[in-house]
Amino acid sequence: MKYELVIGLETHVELSTESKIFCSCGGHSAANEPNDCVCPACSGMPGMLPIMNKRVVELAVTAGLMLNCEINRYTTFDKKNYYYPDLPCAYQITQINHPICVNGLVNVKTSQGARDIRIKQIHMEEDAGKLVHSGNSSFVDFNRTSVPLIEIVTQPDFRSAEEVVTYLNKLKSMFRSGGISECEEGAMRCDVNISVRPEGSEEFGVRTEIKNMSSFEAIEKAIQYESQRHMDALEYGTEELVQETRRFDDVSGKTFAMRNKETEADYRYFPDANLMPIVIDDAWLEQIKADKPVAVDEKAEEYMAAGISQKEIDLLLSDGKISKLLDDTVALGCDMKDSATWILTDCAGVLSKAGKSFADGVVTAQNLSVIIKMVADGTINRNAGKKVLIAVVEQGADPAAYCKEQGLDRKVDASAIEAVIDGVLAANPKAVEDVKGGKLKAMGALFGACMKELKGAGDPAVIKQLLEQKLAQ
Amino acid sequence: MNKFAVTINGQGTIAVDDTLLIQDAPATAGSRMLEGFTPLFSAEVVDRLQQKGYQIAGKTHVGEFGLDLVGEFSYTAPQQGTLQGAAALAVAEGDVQAALGVDMNGATRRAAALAGVDFLKPTYGTVSRYGVISCAASGEQVGVYAKTAQDVAKIMTDIAGHDPKDGTCLKTETYDYTPAKAEGKTVAVVKNLVAKADDGVKAKVQAAVTALQAAGVTVVEIDCDLFALANTAWQILMCAETCNNVSRYDGVKYGHRAANYKNIDELYVNSRTEGFNFLTKAVILYGSDVLSKNRYKDCYDKSLRVRRVVREAVTKLFGQYDALLTPATFADGYQAYEVTEAFGKVFTESECTALANLIGTPALATQGVQLFGKAFDEAGLLGLAVALEKKGE
Repeated sequence: MKYELVIGLETHVELSTESKIFCSCGGHSAANEPNDCVCPACSGMPGMLPIMNKRVVELAVTAGLMLNCEINRYTTFDKKNYYYPDLPCAYQITQINHPICVNGLVNVKTSQGARDIRIKQIHMEEDAGKLVHSGNSSFVDFNRTSVPLIEIVTQPDFRSAEEVVTYLNKLKSMFRSGGISECEEGAMRCDVNISVRPEGSEEFGVRTEIKNMSSFEAIEKAIQYESQRHMDALEYGTEELVQETRRFDDVSGKTFAMRNKETEADYRYFPDANLMPIVIDDAWLEQIKADKPVAVDEKAEEYMAAGISQKEIDLLLSDGKISKLLDDTVALGCDMKDSATWILTDCAGVLSKAGKSFADGVVTAQNLSVIIKMVADGTINRNAGKKVLIAVVEQGADPAAYCKEQGLDRKVDASAIEAVIDGVLAANPKAVEDVKGGKLKAMGALFGACMKELKGAGDPAVIKQLLEQKLAQ
Repeated sequence: MNKFAVTINGQGTIAVDDTLLIQDAPATAGSRMLEGFTPLFSAEVVDRLQQKGYQIAGKTHVGEFGLDLVGEFSYTAPQQGTLQGAAALAVAEGDVQAALGVDMNGATRRAAALAGVDFLKPTYGTVSRYGVISCAASGEQVGVYAKTAQDVAKIMTDIAGHDPKDGTCLKTETYDYTPAKAEGKTVAVVKNLVAKADDGVKAKVQAAVTALQAAGVTVVEIDCDLFALANTAWQILMCAETCNNVSRYDGVKYGHRAANYKNIDELYVNSRTEGFNFLTKAVILYGSDVLSKNRYKDCYDKSLRVRRVVREAVTKLFGQYDALLTPATFADGYQAYEVTEAFGKVFTESECTALANLIGTPALATQGVQLFGKAFDEAGLLGLAVALEKKGE
């Protein structure tokens, strides 16, 4: 029999805010040592009250807008009760009754074609801390407690592991470019709900949930293993499927049922009386909309139309700062494809060599556009352009002034080059003789002398060609 | 003062209940569970008093998490079951001019009524809860014990007003507590509550009626079943919220930790078994039950809806009357009893008090009786208290 996979995802994404969700401690990325970023509030001491971080609401709404959600104008927080040492209050503040975003839609394109995945809801919540085990003792690190998360819950709309991974990659690039999350290792965690049914059936099969996976590779493997397990059970009766929570073991590549104790908890959800309902009025929503970066989808299409390759698009959209540099450079009148190459090849290389990154802001759209334009109109050649770029990155040089200073901005025509070559040949009779005698090594010395004379101006290919012609005469 | 508290400063004129934090002063909320806990910061109300130049005399014993009748079951008190409202007594005996308490389930008002002093539980959201060892967040509020309405008004003026550190605190910066004129007002005596009280309490209510009439207040009698309804609803909400808020006391981070445990579950169970008294355990079990999946809709959720209905009905009542006069306790005086009986006893007595916690309106215990007013009408209640102080003379 042929079977169909039915998968729903719950994805936790850590938000890029400067402070935690309910206190002013820095986000855990600011921490060096365990319990560096901890205050009485996020360590669960009595007397402290949660104060909502406005930025969290804005980022959650932005994520909702990117995923085509309806924004709930009235949103509230609830408490989820369970005991664990990494949860200092023994409850997690989350949203059950009035989540901030509902009813979204994401288009996912795979080798099987494009399909819409419905988003059930996005809600805001706080993260828990973590335990560090050492010998016979366990230690608690609260740096991560109260770090803001959004949880994105889809409907059971995925039909393959490929769709799941494509969706996750799309979320990742959207959230990175939108400044919602850096989505670094561990900042995106998934629970996968999976069931299998005979193709054509309308009813759902028995569902299992695989908890807490952060690597996309593991998610893909887990789905493959788990769906095969379900199909074997249905086809050959290898086992009886039960609704349960499982974990994926990376080493064996298998999933295992978790103890019932961990899964059958009654979380006794109820409203958090310390946090007043949040009302998102028109003015605030409009402000968030105005600040929302262009959706990654639209950006990607724009880049593709300019002839930029998919691989380059992925790189550009992997970091909001890179795509912004491109957009700003283009806005200053540069060609999009050309600028993309400059950014991804030249800038990336020069920056990395100098131990810097795009985030340092040494390459500005203003500087870059001046260089690109000088090369494009032939004021300088491309090699000289790169030299200018290096000077910009390493010395903070002004591109136009640097060209002038270094004499790079001379436009050289063929006759000027010829004059230089003639001069060089006349000054180096020995080398000329050697070349003519078959010692091609001397050719390099003559070419170098010409280049030196020209101070980097002129197209090296043209110079070389002219030199060869002269010597052949 | 030593009878009632850990003395901090012999020159102090104000005491604060041990449910409020003072930086570097051990805080227990009357529970062994918080043994050894020392806070890193002071409650906002304490900071405000100190900034205004008040000296804090000490921290008064409170019944564990303020759950009992009048503060009789405090871990820090020398003898369990005997102390009746340490802060109220400290004020009554003149050790301090005033004291701050947290009114969560009426223990403060009962203690004040029995000690013959005033306690005002102000409107929810008017006083910061930052630094309160919180149990029932949706109905607890810091209030003031003092001998006279004027003193209550003075301290209230100094502690009330917006605090950005408390998300439930209203934006208003200051409130006027100057006692309003009583003459010409109408007060309704809640007959069905008075009927349940003993003779001593009935006499206090009668004396209050006489005093009000002498001050030109019109006194009428009404029957009102909202108090019983409010008591049941608040019992459910209060226990649920307390169960949740004390769950952070798990022996992991601070406070009492059992000496013997083999794993994390035993650490939790043994520490909490040793740390909480019988009453708190009963509240935790009750609260846990009303929040459980199968009971939530019929208990917790229904109580939230009852809260709304009661609020609407009470708002209507205050369209007709300026205040309601009720007993603060059914029993005139305190008889020592066992902690195992506390849950039922407190529930019975809190029929007089729970309404104000449920819907956040102000209530004032004074001259052994209690006055309920509409939201933000503390000045009206204090004005009536001034009339009561004159005792019809």
